[in-house]
Amino acid sequence: MSNSTPMANTGKTWIGQPIDRVDGALKVTGEAVYAYEHRADDPVTYGYILGAGIARGRISAIDTAQAEAMPGVLCVMTHKNAPAQPAFGPAVTPAVREVFARPRPVLSTDRVRYYDEPVALVVAETFEAARGAAGLIAIEYEDERGAYDLSRHLADAYAPQRTNAGFQTDSLVGDFEAAFADSDVKVDAIYTTPYEHHNPMEPHATLAAWSGDEVTIYTSAQTLANFQAGIANTLQIPPDKVHLVSRFIGGGFGSKLIVHADTILAALAARELQRPVKIALTRQQMFANAGHRAKMIQSVRLSADRDGKLTGIAHDVCSATSRFEEFCEQTAVFARSLYAAPNRITRHRLVGLDTNRGEWMRSPGEAPGMLAFECAMDELADQIGIDPIELRILNEPEVDPERNVPFSTRNLVACMQEGARRFGWEQRQAGPGTVRDGRKLIGLGMAAAIRPNYLGASAARIGIDGNGRVKVELDMTDIGTGTYTILAQIAATSLGLPLSAIDVQLGDSHFPRTAGSGGSWGAASAGSAVHNACEALKQKIAKVAKEVPGSPFYGSNLDRTEFANGEIRIGDRSANLATLIKRVAPQGLDAQGAVEAAGENYRNYSQHAYGAHFVEIEVDLDTAEMRVSRMLSVIGAGRILNPKTARSQIIGGMVWGIGAALMEESVLDPRYGHFVNHDLAEYHVPVNADVPDLDVFFLEEPDNNANVFGSKGIGELGVCGAGAAVANAVFNATGVRVREFPITLDKILPGMPVETSRANRS
Amino acid sequence: MKPFTYQRAGELRDALAGAAGTANAKFISGGTNLLDLMKLEIERPAHLVDINHLPFNGIEETAEGGLRIGAQVRNSTLAADSRIRSDYPVLAQALLAGASAQIRNKASTGGNLLQRTRCYYFYDRNMPCNKRKPGSGCAALHGFNRMHAVLGSSDTCIAVHPSDMAVAMTLLDASVETMDTEGVTRQIPIGDLHRLPGTTPDIETQLKPGEMITAVILPPVQPGRHIYRKVRDRASYAFALVSVAAIVDVAGETITGARFALGGVAAKPWRTPEAEAILLGEKVSTEVFQRAAEIALANAIGRGGNDFKIPLAKRTVQHALAAASQRG
Ligand SMILES: Cc1cc2nc3c(=O)[nH]c(=O)nc-3n(C[C@H](O)[C@H](O)[C@H](O)COP(=O)(O)OP(=O)(O)OC[C@H]3O[C@@H](n4cnc5c(N)ncnc54)[C@H](O)[C@@H]3O)c2cc1C
Ligand code: SF4
Repeated sequence: MSNSTPMANTGKTWIGQPIDRVDGALKVTGEAVYAYEHRADDPVTYGYILGAGIARGRISAIDTAQAEAMPGVLCVMTHKNAPAQPAFGPAVTPAVREVFARPRPVLSTDRVRYYDEPVALVVAETFEAARGAAGLIAIEYEDERGAYDLSRHLADAYAPQRTNAGFQTDSLVGDFEAAFADSDVKVDAIYTTPYEHHNPMEPHATLAAWSGDEVTIYTSAQTLANFQAGIANTLQIPPDKVHLVSRFIGGGFGSKLIVHADTILAALAARELQRPVKIALTRQQMFANAGHRAKMIQSVRLSADRDGKLTGIAHDVCSATSRFEEFCEQTAVFARSLYAAPNRITRHRLVGLDTNRGEWMRSPGEAPGMLAFECAMDELADQIGIDPIELRILNEPEVDPERNVPFSTRNLVACMQEGARRFGWEQRQAGPGTVRDGRKLIGLGMAAAIRPNYLGASAARIGIDGNGRVKVELDMTDIGTGTYTILAQIAATSLGLPLSAIDVQLGDSHFPRTAGSGGSWGAASAGSAVHNACEALKQKIAKVAKEVPGSPFYGSNLDRTEFANGEIRIGDRSANLATLIKRVAPQGLDAQGAVEAAGENYRNYSQHAYGAHFVEIEVDLDTAEMRVSRMLSVIGAGRILNPKTARSQIIGGMVWGIGAALMEESVLDPRYGHFVNHDLAEYHVPVNADVPDLDVFFLEEPDNNANVFGSKGIGELGVCGAGAAVANAVFNATGVRVREFPITLDKILPGMPVETSRANRS
Repeated sequence: MKPFTYQRAGELRDALAGAAGTANAKFISGGTNLLDLMKLEIERPAHLVDINHLPFNGIEETAEGGLRIGAQVRNSTLAADSRIRSDYPVLAQALLAGASAQIRNKASTGGNLLQRTRCYYFYDRNMPCNKRKPGSGCAALHGFNRMHAVLGSSDTCIAVHPSDMAVAMTLLDASVETMDTEGVTRQIPIGDLHRLPGTTPDIETQLKPGEMITAVILPPVQPGRHIYRKVRDRASYAFALVSVAAIVDVAGETITGARFALGGVAAKPWRTPEAEAILLGEKVSTEVFQRAAEIALANAIGRGGNDFKIPLAKRTVQHALAAASQRG
């Protein structure tokens, strides 16, 4: 943060307004250009990746003659002729940071590490020729028996050195086992959460074009710095020779934090051919090659006194990962901060399998962890016979229960109470399976939400020209969340200018570096950088205004400067900002601003965003089909920068909750190690008809320890706990508790009343 | 995708000649199934005959009092037709329960009948599949078979036919009008169009190579209340786990006509004449519907992942029959 006196803006504040997306018109008119749509100076060539037909083994023979002979084919790259790349390296990088930057070689050995791993690339004059030729490549494998099934290899579970994001693998407070053994009120439940895939609408896609020793990569990336480092380290070229462009991104959800095969292969092939190469993963290929959420087996044990006061919490997670690269989702970490209890355990274990590894998927940790844990809380409430909200209020901690630092702000209880009032929670019948409407069973469920708040080092550049137009530049990305819009709001508010005067440019590695989009920290990090750049620019403007002869403020020695309504005011004199700039700095002025990564305020406070989800579900008595009929989330995430884009983030998360609870699952065939249902016809996400009118209410409470805006991250919060609220509603409707997600109708059916259809006339 | 030649047929005889002239020719209509399969090289035709411009897009009344639906009539057009909606509502409901609005706008009547199974292993060329590659085995049999058949399957193949439309047409005793490459036409009762897998799951219908579907003929209106109940994993845009098409006619409390067909349970829409027969003359009751459902599923065999379909199908049959017998 800048230490200079902030320049006041007493005019209109754009922050907090429900502004429409500034890039909306470009998107709906098709003007926004996505990675695969870019053109290069030279005619573009098209690559198609051929994936392995086995999950573990060796390529013993590969014959590309027929493919090479196909008209239009320019090259076929396999491990035999691919350019040299560094070895992949150890499964765990020495430091957390290196995971984002490590070399990710493709086609560099004859080993197959997972099903559909790239084994060849065909580049041709057309996409069709490339794909057609790929079908002509003959491969023989030495197929090895692999391990694919988490539940069959639990004996191989090991404790990793750390979890994702560098959290401690285990935490132990008090003596949980003793407390649990002594308690008569306890929940001891095993939940399984399945493999899931992000599937953004825009697949992973890249156009690579070389000019001399520099490559320009048009791609779909959440964090340009990671891509730049990943490409540079894999191709072994200096990072400043890698220019990344990623202005519009059709969704990321964590699947575009690091480079994948499309980017590396496009860069390699374009260099070999000396022509631009475009490659996109097909939807089917994304299931193997673009990250996923791993399958987990989660044990949740709770002990409490008869009134519901928790005496112990234990959350043990065992997750699948790959043998060649570890990813430990921080699944139990949230449980360290959520509820008070004197005796506590959280532990993460991994089983290495012959699959690709999991990656970051929206709300890593909370998404699967809260799905299990918040169901266990519901089970406890049911057992004791206490309202689930009461139970949570009873166990509200005074300070962060494991770190023993105060919460910066925490309004979980208020979220639950406000939600209960708005949702009509008092209508809920505690006895499950008791409410019927025609041939539907009706149930209500709730769950809490918690998600840590972060700040990442970021910088921004800002310039104002003689026409009063402002350009803001930073290598931040807008993955569909509304970043362009809120950054324009921040700059316009700070400079006292209309939104239309602000031109935000993102997604270019030539711009100042930011933390990118990930971990819900984009708005805070990039926003703070822009805010500080504006402050620096205002200082410069004021200085020039006082120092340049001919300025209406020439010679003024007053400090008080305001920027509002398109004017600058120093003391009691004011002038139109554009006119002033034209007069005193006709070439324009620019400035930089930056923000440091989370510092003292993060060490001294426990910072999280909170929420409470409420769900009403209808379960068909005859078929056990489940459909959510109402859903509300009350959100405590500090100050809301733009209620419209914020609401979109939350409802998107709520839909993810519905999907995780009721339908999303990538089925891994333990015989072949492949994801069986690897397309969007059979990997079910909620469609519009599954999603009722979703209601979101923000309980605003600025968090002054978080950042200059008092805002907290919201991109992932909506997912956290949302699925558990759905699952708890299913239990309330039917009395059937399914602990193996997703809760598909076949799992409910055996527990449905055997009563048959009424044949009587109505 | 393998290279192929393409011909847009303006006249019927061009289409038939095109189909006869090249080995491994295929008709393409809406292309919503064929193109997906071609991209994955599961279908590898050498020649495509585009039949979209043939004059088979009318819905006409027949001399018998039924309707003749041209093979090119789009699923969306058919579902919106006022005669279908008023006289054959089970067909309109089934069509609208299928796919998405966009796909229905392209999907043709003929193509819908001949769409291929959605079995996951059929869609992955690295997997054994007797339907795609005879003799290679059936990966679904001991694999993930949640969507698979419980009736009429064999150890060679347990795939289901995914069409909703075909279930309603089977209920309605429709027949399929075809023309072979010689120009000879015939009518096939829809129940005979698709074959059960036996040991040759790669042969899916009674059609000869190059034989084209020209129309589907519906007999006159069936009295009674029409119901199409599709059970699926999400509210729209998912294939049926189980579906039931039913028509029940009642006089007072007595069933005077009843028929039902099941979808999502076999390689073809499934009817059980014995089960329908026991309903006739009975009083409307939970018990009699339950009995019919038991008979319909008597020979069902679960394969593990799809065991739930057996109780689910029974419950859905009962429910659909009950709903179709309600009046007022
Ligand atoms: C994501 C998705 C979801 C879907 N969901 C459903 C669903 O829920 N329920 C459902 O019922 N369907 C569903 N469908 C399938 C859809 O209904 C079919 O793809 C469509 O009906 C096929 O018709 P078409 O005209 O596009 O056929 P095409 O793809 O053109 O052809 C299919 C086959 O029929 C042959 N053929 C076409 N016309 C003729 C003819 N006149 N004579 C001889 N052969 C012919 C072709 O050679 C080809 O083999 C879904 C499809 C998709 C992609
Ligand atoms: S069920 Fe039929 S289509 Fe599916 S894998 Fe077996 S043989 Fe192939």
